[in-house]
Amino acid sequence: MTISPPPPLTEEERLRIGRQLMSALPYSRALGMTIEEMGEGLAVISMPYNKALIGDPETGVIHGGAVSALMDTCGGAAVLAAENGPTGTATRDLRIDYMRPAEPGQRITARAVCYHMTRSVAFVRAEAWDSDPERPVAAATGAFTADRAGR
Amino acid sequence: MRKAPRTSPEPVAQIKERRDAALAALIAQVPMIAFMGIRFDRRGDELTAVLPFADKLIGNPALPALHGGATATFLETAAIIELSFQMIWADVESGALAPAGMSMQGLPTLPKTIDFTVDYLRPGLPRDAYARARVNRSGRRYASVHVEAWQDHRDRLFAQATAHFLMPPQNAAE
Repeated sequence: MTISPPPPLTEEERLRIGRQLMSALPYSRALGMTIEEMGEGLAVISMPYNKALIGDPETGVIHGGAVSALMDTCGGAAVLAAENGPTGTATRDLRIDYMRPAEPGQRITARAVCYHMTRSVAFVRAEAWDSDPERPVAAATGAFTADRAGR
Repeated sequence: MRKAPRTSPEPVAQIKERRDAALAALIAQVPMIAFMGIRFDRRGDELTAVLPFADKLIGNPALPALHGGATATFLETAAIIELSFQMIWADVESGALAPAGMSMQGLPTLPKTIDFTVDYLRPGLPRDAYARARVNRSGRRYASVHVEAWQDHRDRLFAQATAHFLMPPQNAAE
């Protein structure tokens, strides 16, 4: 994932960047992702249940890859929303722990935090849940590139 | 001079048909595979996952490049189908799993992903992608799988992943 928004920092502006980002990413759009919240180095994005995305036919549980896509998109958004954030970012690596299956029929929400930023690398932690944020379905950690103009 | 074998070997077309039917049944049960448009090429027991390029898979319209999430889904799917195909291979060969009976009931439960780590080595270009999974360890309860994905050049990977799976109870296919 790589994107290049301008660098404003008000709450309104962050939300606008988030929504712009979302509408610019065909795959995120295909999965029905919507921005819920943007803050400093923080993004919350949700995705509706969709039978087309089922990975386990016996239980109707969504494919892990869809949860991965949600975490990835959310992580990238958090990096762009960081203070002194980059103008663009791309995922370098992402590890996801699947703690329990997401409840079929439930919306999945992810919350990503960019907890450290160097000149060229952004470090992200994320969690995803279905109904209760206290009972996550998955957790992720990742490193993203920090692409800065004129470098 | 050798004696003729007592039973003639199974015709090659029949062997291929049986293996392909088993693979097709495995794939057909997972809606996400159809959503992504993923196919599998088979040579003997070797599988290559193929992801034909589609506009909806894009994550960066400026380059354009494949969405990391699409790449991750592709790699995880390649790993799960490789593991599952290995699980049913013996039953397909013995005829215990016959093409006629290949409904969802005859197939084993799919392995469950415990964790998945993906490295994005270079941008995924707007063209077809390929992936092969290698099962490095497959025990009764856990399996460890490595997956490599490339586009135009087999030795220039654009992504790789390591995943751990919880295996379904054995003999589910019986």
